[in-house]
Amino acid sequence: MDFDVAFLVSTFVKLVDAVPMTLALFAASVSLGALFALGITYCRVSGGLLLSTFARAYVFVFRGSPLLIQMFLIYYGLGQFPAVRHSLFWPVLRDPFSCAVLALALCTAGYQAEIMRGGLQAVPAREIEAGRAAGMSGLLLFRRIIAPIAIRQALPAYSTEVILMVKSTALASLVTVWEVTGTAQRLISQTYRTMEVFLVATLIYLLINFIIVRLMAFAEYRLSPHLRERPDPASGGGRQGEVHG
Amino acid sequence: MADAPVPAISVRNIHKSFGQHEVLRGISLDAHDGDVISILGASGSGKSTFLRCINLLETPDEGEITVAGEAIAMKRNRAGSLVPADRKQVDRIRSELAMVFQSFNLWSHMTVLQNLIEGPVHVLKRPKAECVAEAEALLEKVGLAERRNYYPAHLSGGQQQRAAIARALAMQPKALLFDEPTSALDPELVGEVLKVMRSLAEEGRTMLVVTHEMAFARNVSDRVMFLHEGVVEADGAPEDIFTNSESERFRQFIGGFQA
Ligand SMILES: Nc1ncnc2c1ncn2[C@@H]1O[C@H](COP(=O)(O)OP(=O)(O)OP(=O)(O)O)[C@@H](O)[C@H]1O
Ligand SMILES: [Mg+2]
Repeated sequence: MDFDVAFLVSTFVKLVDAVPMTLALFAASVSLGALFALGITYCRVSGGLLLSTFARAYVFVFRGSPLLIQMFLIYYGLGQFPAVRHSLFWPVLRDPFSCAVLALALCTAGYQAEIMRGGLQAVPAREIEAGRAAGMSGLLLFRRIIAPIAIRQALPAYSTEVILMVKSTALASLVTVWEVTGTAQRLISQTYRTMEVFLVATLIYLLINFIIVRLMAFAEYRLSPHLRERPDPASGGGRQGEVHG
Repeated sequence: MADAPVPAISVRNIHKSFGQHEVLRGISLDAHDGDVISILGASGSGKSTFLRCINLLETPDEGEITVAGEAIAMKRNRAGSLVPADRKQVDRIRSELAMVFQSFNLWSHMTVLQNLIEGPVHVLKRPKAECVAEAEALLEKVGLAERRNYYPAHLSGGQQQRAAIARALAMQPKALLFDEPTSALDPELVGEVLKVMRSLAEEGRTMLVVTHEMAFARNVSDRVMFLHEGVVEADGAPEDIFTNSESERFRQFIGGFQA
């Protein structure tokens, strides 16, 4: 295979055009999924038997079945019910982009809920107790003590889930959303140059994930000075000196 | 000050069981302003449970608690157990009774200074600048001024406990509750914490101290209370109780420490 630089460059340019669509799928589904996950986590940890059973069942179903099938069921399956076609949701459910986002969000919500629950469980009981002993309760205790510690605990697992989601957006091509992978497949069907096109597509996903990995690592670094090395006594802690809050 | 009209803490007839196990069987105590009361007892005798009932970290099954004349309102729930009637009151009372724990319980995601101003700023809703200034003075007092921007994980046990004591003082509490503040420390770090506690006693703080430090109980406290099997088995001024207690059990107990 000889290197056709001009072809690689033109492919790159065409695929970069589809990057906004990939990012839109990613951003919309991760944030919507986070919202769902908050609800599920709430059901799981503070609800009664009914709510926590619902949360468990949800996590089981959406983690335990293929995302591709979930997406097909939402896009192709739901439209078969006249009730759905005549409902308020039809404008959303007939649109490939909305369906893809919904499927991705429902799926990641299952994983994110488990990550959040893990983060909450990892909050040391004695730090919560110190909060209570100081007169904190309810939302104040959650906002000042529980959530900040849980988020720090959950962040590494959350990074992994976010990166998986970038890759999962590729499945949206199967319900006719023209993101990077879909666009790559269209180019291949026009040029029959599978290898080059997919190599360029791979490069683009790597670039996106590189940026995301760096951003998550930066967030982790900023949030965990207490896990890093002991500060230099001479500097009195240096930058850690900020009191923010 | 012992004749102050209203006790800082008044506890009447506390009972507490865990399942079938009756840990506290009617304990009462009055702590007046400036009193330093040591609470002694064998492991499992209910010292921590008693202390934690006072600020309702454990809910007593029976009994009354009054802090600076204000009774904590309790009611019976449908199952017949005692529960706090007013959560807000409990939060407020807790903010008036600072607690120092055996394993420090500092907030790991905050620096020492942030630990100190957290309660004053967010619970007491006081101006932050004022709280920071006070916190710095307190850190000076416990010898941690240099460590104000350290995270708890970067401090020795003794430093963490001194920071926790400073955090308790930052709440400007009416009384301090200590639950074995030196038991988790390496022997060479116990002294620095006891020194801070002794200075608090000398400046007239009201303190309830669960401890196994006999020297502290004997030399620093005004009163010693010995718990055994859920009741107060011996109680009195240290100079009396340590020399001629009527309780055979208490004599055995202190004998174990002298050996
Ligand atoms: N949350 C709980 N659930 C069940 N049992 C408990 C609980 N907390 C304490 N106990 C039991 O109550 C008894 C008294 O415990 P407590 O911690 O008050 O003792 P202590 O005097 O503080 O002992 P130590 O000197 O070891 O700290 C023990 O037998 C303990 O096992
Ligand atoms: Mg104890």
